[in-house]
Amino acid sequence: MDNKRPVNLDIGTIKLPITSYVSILHRVSGVVMFFAVAVLLWMLESSLASEQSFNELGALFANPVCQFVIWATLAALAYHLIAGIRHLIMDMGFGEDSFAAGRNSAWAALILAALLISLITWWIL
Amino acid sequence: MVTSVTSFGRSGLSDWMIQRISAWIMTAYVAFMVCYFVGNPELTYAQWAELNSSLAMRMFSLVTILSIAAHAWIGMWCVLTDYVTLRLVGPKATAIRIFFQLGMIAITLLYVVWAIDILWGI
Repeated sequence: MDNKRPVNLDIGTIKLPITSYVSILHRVSGVVMFFAVAVLLWMLESSLASEQSFNELGALFANPVCQFVIWATLAALAYHLIAGIRHLIMDMGFGEDSFAAGRNSAWAALILAALLISLITWWIL
Repeated sequence: MVTSVTSFGRSGLSDWMIQRISAWIMTAYVAFMVCYFVGNPELTYAQWAELNSSLAMRMFSLVTILSIAAHAWIGMWCVLTDYVTLRLVGPKATAIRIFFQLGMIAITLLYVVWAIDILWGI
């Protein structure tokens, strides 16, 4: 491929709108989720292998390191889900007709995700 | 049309569609799980094992792990092809990207096999 093509948009040099941050966080949380699937599968396996491992998993939820890993997994999932639902709503034709609508829904997604993550934090602690 | 041998559906439109369908399936699964855990705060092993050994739940979980695999493949491909480029990483970019893409595909397949092993091992 021709690697001398000009770069028209160098995002390192421009001030990014809120929609960019919501999008970048969507990517970051997605990459986190890619690895966090291992955590979810491990929990599924422990919870189903036997009654003993089910109870051991329950006891692990009191461990601060485990609590942090579960918190990070659920927080990334909550953000990624909300940011993703924003796209699905746009796919159905809502809020995709102006930049203002995009900015508003980006803020709404951020606030909703922050609320959900607060709820997750409260539930874990 | 630009095609890529390492993308999931071999075309952007196909990847776009698969990304949406898998997103809806995973959203439904998360919604179900949240409702189930909220509705069963004193969940016992017997209840949990009974739920997950039912055919309907096994199918729901299987379709969800397949959605996760497709969704992750497409998403990770987007991220890798956007950032591990000649411009951002240098002349070894293609080799590094292929290495990470193969690693990503291997982990994705491992997840699918692991999930099937868990679900049919109850």
